[in-house]
Amino acid sequence: MSDTTEALLRVEGITRAYPGVIANDDISFAIRPGEVHALLGENGAGKSTLVKIIYGLVRPDAGQMWFQGAPFHPADPSAARAAGVGMVFQHFSLFDALDVAENVALGMENAPPQRQLARSIREISQAYGLPLDPSRLVGELSAGERQRVEIVRCLLQNPKLLIMDEPTSVLTPQEVEILFRTLRKLAAEGTAILYISHKLEEIRALCEAATILRDGRVVDTCNPREKTARELAEMMVGGTLQQPARAKAPPGETVLELDIRTLPPALAFGTTLRDLSLSVRAGEILGIGGVAGNGQDELLAVLSGETRLPAQALKLSGIGIGRLGAERRRALGLLSAPEERLGHAAAPDMSLTENALLTGASRERLVSSGFIRWGRARAFARRIIQEFDVRTPGPATPARALSGGNLQKFVIGREVLQRPDVLVVNQPTWGVDAKAAAAIRQALMDLAAQGAAVVVISQDLDELMEIADRFAALNAGRLSPPRDMRELSLEAIGLMLGGAHDMEVAADDAVERTGEVISELVQPGAANEEPRP
Amino acid sequence: MDLSSINPIVLIASMMAAATPILLAATGELICEKSGVLNLGVEGMMITGAVCGFVVAAGTGNPWLGFAFAALAALAISLIFGIITQVLMANQVATGLGLTLFGLGLSALIGQGYQGVRPPRVPRIEIPYLSDIPVLGRILFSHDPMVHISLLLVVAVWVFLKFTRAGLILRAVGENHHAAHALGYRVVRVRLMAIAFGGAMAGLGGAYLSLVRVPQWTEGMTAGAGWIALALVVFAAWRPWRLLLGAYLFGGIVVLQLNLQAAGVRIPVEYLAMSPYLITILVLVIISSSRGRNALNAPGSLNRTYHASQ
Amino acid sequence: MIRLERRPAPSRFWTAATPVLAVLLTMLAGGLMFALLGKDPVAAIRIIFWDPLFNPQFASYSRPQLLVKAGPLILIAVGLSFGFRANIWNIGAEGQYIIGALCGAGVALAFYPLEAWFIFPLMVLAGALGGWAWAMIPAILKTRFNTNEILVSLLLVYVAERLLAALAMGRMRNPEGGGFPGSRNIANYPSASNTELIANTGMHWGVVTAFIAVIFGYILLHRHILGYHVQLAGQAPRAARFAGVNPDRLVMFCLGLAGLLAGLAGMFEVAGPAGRINIDFGSGYGFTAIIVAFLGRLHPIGILLAGLLLGLTYIGGELAQMMLGLPSAAIQAFQGMLLFFLLALDMLSNYRIRLKPREVA
Repeated sequence: MSDTTEALLRVEGITRAYPGVIANDDISFAIRPGEVHALLGENGAGKSTLVKIIYGLVRPDAGQMWFQGAPFHPADPSAARAAGVGMVFQHFSLFDALDVAENVALGMENAPPQRQLARSIREISQAYGLPLDPSRLVGELSAGERQRVEIVRCLLQNPKLLIMDEPTSVLTPQEVEILFRTLRKLAAEGTAILYISHKLEEIRALCEAATILRDGRVVDTCNPREKTARELAEMMVGGTLQQPARAKAPPGETVLELDIRTLPPALAFGTTLRDLSLSVRAGEILGIGGVAGNGQDELLAVLSGETRLPAQALKLSGIGIGRLGAERRRALGLLSAPEERLGHAAAPDMSLTENALLTGASRERLVSSGFIRWGRARAFARRIIQEFDVRTPGPATPARALSGGNLQKFVIGREVLQRPDVLVVNQPTWGVDAKAAAAIRQALMDLAAQGAAVVVISQDLDELMEIADRFAALNAGRLSPPRDMRELSLEAIGLMLGGAHDMEVAADDAVERTGEVISELVQPGAANEEPRP
Repeated sequence: MDLSSINPIVLIASMMAAATPILLAATGELICEKSGVLNLGVEGMMITGAVCGFVVAAGTGNPWLGFAFAALAALAISLIFGIITQVLMANQVATGLGLTLFGLGLSALIGQGYQGVRPPRVPRIEIPYLSDIPVLGRILFSHDPMVHISLLLVVAVWVFLKFTRAGLILRAVGENHHAAHALGYRVVRVRLMAIAFGGAMAGLGGAYLSLVRVPQWTEGMTAGAGWIALALVVFAAWRPWRLLLGAYLFGGIVVLQLNLQAAGVRIPVEYLAMSPYLITILVLVIISSSRGRNALNAPGSLNRTYHASQ
Repeated sequence: MIRLERRPAPSRFWTAATPVLAVLLTMLAGGLMFALLGKDPVAAIRIIFWDPLFNPQFASYSRPQLLVKAGPLILIAVGLSFGFRANIWNIGAEGQYIIGALCGAGVALAFYPLEAWFIFPLMVLAGALGGWAWAMIPAILKTRFNTNEILVSLLLVYVAERLLAALAMGRMRNPEGGGFPGSRNIANYPSASNTELIANTGMHWGVVTAFIAVIFGYILLHRHILGYHVQLAGQAPRAARFAGVNPDRLVMFCLGLAGLLAGLAGMFEVAGPAGRINIDFGSGYGFTAIIVAFLGRLHPIGILLAGLLLGLTYIGGELAQMMLGLPSAAIQAFQGMLLFFLLALDMLSNYRIRLKPREVA
């Protein structure tokens, strides 16, 4: 542990319990000015609770903190901000219906008048290569731009410590590159950065120290640059990980075809799908990559039947089913699992039996002439619990009592056990622990091996590289032509995600932005003096 | 039938008076909804204000004490709603309904023995010179002060929402309470204050009915004014200026309808009396069918229960 | 410091216990209110809750009244409960009740003085259709134009009341009534009368229908996929869409069912206990039924019990008015209080209260 006088933030013995779980158990670590320090751990390891304590959102049950040598116990986020702590949230703390300047003002202690603030936003965002228009509504921004708002909001207050909670999950590889340059520049200026992630390669590229959490405790510290990703992963998970294996089957006939010209979103601030066509063959896994908010939810709704289409826009084994609703599509063999587990894929307050009925009604014959056969529903729920190793007291447990990983296994299991001809899943392992994620991936690969067509929509590129046969990128509601996964490098995928595929696409400016940053980095300070209008 | 007895100048002036109670209540509800709380108890708070204002004014002979007390009483019962929905996290629709039912019962209870009593007069302020301007003087400057106060309050609410930091925080809490919490704003506290303001305004609106507009106390005298105020907020798409427009339009319909009744038009009185409600429904239909911008204006967290979990 | 912790699953004990606790607390607070009004609180509570059933002096009259009052409350509340579960807020049952009565009475008055077996069934049909049609107005406006059903259904109550007054003083007025408002007495018109089925029990066709509605509601809610969809749509609207529930159809179903039952309640009332169409026909059953629905936890069996209890407060309230001079409005405030306590205590079934010493950091 580094010297106390040198440490910017020192945390000792922090403990915080929630009903049934100790989120933080006697956690200690320190971070120096200018250091990029990683907090590494699986979902549920206690990273978020710890940073919420540092940011004053959660009070610890026990433990001490020092900031710049003085005892530090922020009563609320505004006290933490006043001390010089800034935080960029994983789920953005932004307001869709307010403009960028208003959003920034809300995160500041003493916000200047709007006009002056707008100017500072322009200046600082240019200086750090994160251009922003202060008058735009946040709801209309892309995920990457929304993150910029959060970062600029922090930067305007000259933080001494910047906390970043899973910042790259919503960014393309190119955007990650921009973010890392910004962070390195900040670190060089003396700002300490506490970087939370479970992405090992990123941590190895960016951080010079790492504290590894597991089940709420510090299990190890290291310099991530001296470790391999595999070593880090094993420290994080506390054991060796099994790689999913796959028995390859030769791809069969095309079972699902989708062809959309334009489809405006059903919700405010949604994405319009444009010129989107795809086809999947039996026995293959089509991976659809893309940063959140580029039309994933809309695409899933189109396939699941929540959004209706002209009959011929969606064909299952050659028959137009676009007009059919979710239940009819299921009966025909097209099943799906949406991203949001609680509230979309499952009803939080309903029991697992009731949730089994949610999609299993017709295929599992849980309903006869309108009346529910509860016995069969319960048996189906039990079968899912057993075959997918869902840890729960039993089928009467409400869905929200399950951990993320267990509920996701239940949701995927519910669809897989219905023997679909086509299964569409959106973010199958998002927020799920490594073991459950491996089990889910294995189940999807087994399903394809048995001859089903599988569409996996995911922002986790590693996941898609592992399980998909073909890859297509979803960007601003458009889908690139799919390519064979074996031909693609991570860089090539990055370019596809950025929109540089052979359709005319709005993401040219992303490339342009990268150029800007580079030119600024070549001539540091230039952008500071001459902000572009 | 004698339509010539309807004087357009008097019509406009009385339209403003007719609009004032719902304008006051709707302005309060606007703030409440902007903070993300749907309080369906406006009717109950209004009638509580009506009876409490009336009782105090009749007892003390001072109408202003009546108004003050009306605001306080309605504020107090709005806080019952506030605590049940914000602290105990109950369903806002059900609790709001409960507030209306409770307010109607409570007011009838308090108002016993005040039926037929005449309250003290609220003086009209005749502003020298201004009131003498032909037409405009009569329309704009010959009212009781509450009409002008209600206008000032609309302006104040507009300024508050658009230009102040407190207004920005209020809007932020209503737009996304989780984000507001993450930034360290006290969601429950902000909302309780907004609910209290909504209550006080509804109380003033109610007292205006019993002290100026009618002026006497009868059971159930608000006759749906609170619900119309709620509809007005939707009509206004949560914007103060449109609220003003909507309230005056509505006041116009009420007054015209009353004038037609008085003029003896050959339509039964009851059918004329239906018209304000039917027109309100019609306007709601027109507003809600034109989606787009208006829908975006609705506070994002409106009517969602908030619990600061973890 | 008090912390509320969300329970992983709602507590079964508190789900059942809160209505009872809410009733007890309402009695306490109501007693306080009566004391403030200068009445003996213990006597008042006894007169409201005990005497109507067990006091030999009044019981013979008031016991049958219990079913008469509870019948429409239960019938309306069962209908409302499905909508409330699905987050579809029909608060205009009072209007649907009035329109049901007007339609039923309209049929009776049209056939008067003909005596025929088909008149009463036709009235039942008309009452149900009238209530259903009145509820379809907010339903269609919601599905077609996205108009808020809370406001529309409520505003339509005022329209129905004006319509009632217009008809009571106009087309439906008894030509032999000497110019007084109000229709002919339908209860005295044998072919149209909703008679007491068993003497001195208060049991009439409306009460029978209410019991049938409870059974039907129970089966629908627990055994039928439609009841499941209603619950799903209320708890997780996105999951409901994902399951294949059509939200528009659900709005139509929930509002239609509530309107139908409320219309029936109105029709049975006008042909029996009320006897005629008059200005004061709307007695607030449509609003009290909202409290009944919540007090019964939106569950048919619970609603049955809650309907009986609220029916009792009506009778007891009348008795207290007679005996103590307690204003009739006191009962309304009392009922409102009951809803408040119920909603406030609801928190106990979903959250656990933890008392924690304020952390000293």
